[in-house]
Amino acid sequence: MEKREVWITGVGLVSCFGEGAEHHWEVLGGNTAPAPVIDSTRFAPYSVHPLPEMDWSKQIPRRGDQRQMENWQRLGTYTAGLALDNAGLKDNENMVFTMDLVVAAGGGERDISVDNSIMQDAASRNDREMLLNERLPSDLRPTLFLAQLSNLMAGNISIVHKVTGSSRTYMGEESAGITSIENAMRRIQAGQSTHVLVGGAFNAERPDLLLSTELGHYSWHGAPEAIAARQASGGGMITGSAGAFVVLEEAEHARARGAKPYAKLSGVVSDLGKRDEASTRQRLNRMLDKLEPKSGTAVVSGATGCSPITGIEFDVLEARLGKDVAIRAFSTMIGNPVEANFPAGIALAAMAIANGSFYPQFESAEKPAKGKPDSILVSSIGHYRGEGFGLVEKI
Amino acid sequence: MSGKYMDHKGRPVVVVTGMGAVTSLGLGKKDNWAALTAGKSGIHHIKRFPTDRLNTTIAGTVDFMDTEEISAPAISYAMADATAEEALAEAGFGRSGFPGPLYFAAPPVELEWMHRFTLMGEGAQGEPGYQQLQAAARANKHERMHELIQLGTIAYRIAEKYGARGLPISLSTACASGATALQQGVEAIRRGETDAALCVASDGSVTAEGLIRFSLLSALTAQNDKPEKASKPFSKDRDGFVMSEGSAALVLESLEHATARGAKILGVVRGVGEKADSFHRTRSSPDGKPVITAIRLGLEDAGVELGDIGYINAHGTSTPENDRMEYNALHHVFGDAIHSIPISSNKSMIGHTLTAGGAVEAVISFMTMREGVIPPTINYDNPDPDIPLDVVPNKSRQAQVSTVLSNSFGFGGQNACLVLGIDVR
Repeated sequence: MEKREVWITGVGLVSCFGEGAEHHWEVLGGNTAPAPVIDSTRFAPYSVHPLPEMDWSKQIPRRGDQRQMENWQRLGTYTAGLALDNAGLKDNENMVFTMDLVVAAGGGERDISVDNSIMQDAASRNDREMLLNERLPSDLRPTLFLAQLSNLMAGNISIVHKVTGSSRTYMGEESAGITSIENAMRRIQAGQSTHVLVGGAFNAERPDLLLSTELGHYSWHGAPEAIAARQASGGGMITGSAGAFVVLEEAEHARARGAKPYAKLSGVVSDLGKRDEASTRQRLNRMLDKLEPKSGTAVVSGATGCSPITGIEFDVLEARLGKDVAIRAFSTMIGNPVEANFPAGIALAAMAIANGSFYPQFESAEKPAKGKPDSILVSSIGHYRGEGFGLVEKI
Repeated sequence: MSGKYMDHKGRPVVVVTGMGAVTSLGLGKKDNWAALTAGKSGIHHIKRFPTDRLNTTIAGTVDFMDTEEISAPAISYAMADATAEEALAEAGFGRSGFPGPLYFAAPPVELEWMHRFTLMGEGAQGEPGYQQLQAAARANKHERMHELIQLGTIAYRIAEKYGARGLPISLSTACASGATALQQGVEAIRRGETDAALCVASDGSVTAEGLIRFSLLSALTAQNDKPEKASKPFSKDRDGFVMSEGSAALVLESLEHATARGAKILGVVRGVGEKADSFHRTRSSPDGKPVITAIRLGLEDAGVELGDIGYINAHGTSTPENDRMEYNALHHVFGDAIHSIPISSNKSMIGHTLTAGGAVEAVISFMTMREGVIPPTINYDNPDPDIPLDVVPNKSRQAQVSTVLSNSFGFGGQNACLVLGIDVR
């Protein structure tokens, strides 16, 4: 079966730098990289890239809708709206009614003050299970549950933006983002879908998630450093609040409505396997064999900064694409948005292709870019498990 | 590929060659089937944690699995492992080298109170609260605890244990997840990217907090006195669902692949219909359009006529709203013919297995066709006159059924309808 071509026709992006594809290109696409926005005090010893000031009502007009969500869902719903706007599909009832929705999601916010208060009471109780029965029924807000369910980011996007062709939510940290993009692409390639809104969002400003990461000792402590620079000190992850959605569209479908594409998504590969060095190298190389990026292909890397996995990724890429390959690890700039990692990488690559130049060095270890990129490799190597690559190319 | 392996749209026919199930009624298809056809309930008083002061004190917990700890991820994993093993054994695949990907309908997992209390007890400095827990986590690596609470972990473990190919897929469409897992497998085989797919769904998330959250949404019944009588889909006095646990696994293959390796074919996934609802976070559109559309798309995808449907495996949660809405949507699609099509709700016996529901009910639907027996809707003592359906009341019924419609609906506007068949043609 002939595979249909998949175009990226819309980009929605929110990070610590602000919102919108154009704004992000202005900030990140110039001759020198900006200083990243990092908050190292609020959750010390952890640093996070915080959300920018948001006026939620720009994409979520009804206050009632805003109230039903916490920031994770608001951010996803907002960013999805940006991508629809950017693709020229916002409020196009016929288009969104048949549009497929694919979301990469974790779980939503807990009520941290309730949790902390119960833990304080629990310190002096032996019957802790009884304490939960006393406290939770009165302390939990009934609607908070809906803000926690993984598929309710998609649910809110359907409600606010009326995207209702189908709705699927994938989970599993960075893997969720890889699966989302890969599945949406395959459905379009095979003619199972014509246009898909796909992406994810992550709220890094949550002590419960920082705890979850720390349990496995994946967190970076102390003064923030860039991704490659962290490798010398044992590595570690700094997360960032961010949302990234793209509109993927069958080329014919996009042409028919006169959409202006950023780039085409030529392929996505993914895998899972043991994380020891030898098998990881083998696996990454096997995946790259399938995508066949040409020597010198620039890379938008979702590297998390964790060690040794980030070092292995860079080694494999340099061995394959050349010592001087321009790798841009975007987590240095916006933090790791976990489930939104791969969608963010795809968005950044599409923007670079459309603008006809690559990003400046995000840290001194990165090599300068050479010329206009026609093809950009996107990586997302999960901080814990799961790996994927994508190839975004000029049309 | 020869035409005999293709469906009415020229796509590979997708068949089932292995199935596994766990519910509160037991481990494995055999025990479940015996209990289901006997009209037995798996719902009971909760013993896993104290229920003092809780509105709802009953559930369909699965308490007989050997689990590494008593938490949602550990219980969900144990059940998923058991059903995957049962399905793969039946399909004739060994423990390694399954020739396709894993689609896993994953339950919501996160750090639980027992984990917080464990971390609190590790003596880290500071006031009780997340900062103290973080300090405890910094002081000692908690690899197993970390692994258990990552949303992708169960799928990673199952995929590695049984040698499924590539990056396993964890998905959620709330209470439609089990059906979505099958849908994903069907789509992948139809795309021609794999000959086989392992579809697993599991949910073991009956914790105090989980129960309280659903309770606060007024979704659960509080008819605690007789647990086995509490789930009463389509009855007039139904007042909420019973939270339950369970898992199911199905091995899907292209008909050509299954035939070539001489596998026994248990059934066919003829089609899937899906439509999202933009009306409300927990309620369906009052006009029922998305559900109606999902059913119609399912029938159209399967290439079957209304008259082909011999039995409907209802979503049938036993909430006042779902059962009425489901009837209205079915009536809209089938017209008055709906009143004579047998329709039953497995949830009357096993409760609502949430993430796993769609897959568990697909397994039961295939068994219904294979065994020629329709499991009943039990506790049907007080029919709702507004829902005049043949719900196969209280006792199972002998019937030869060749095509089943199985509905699954979930919070967040998720609607997925499976059309399942017994004959390859």
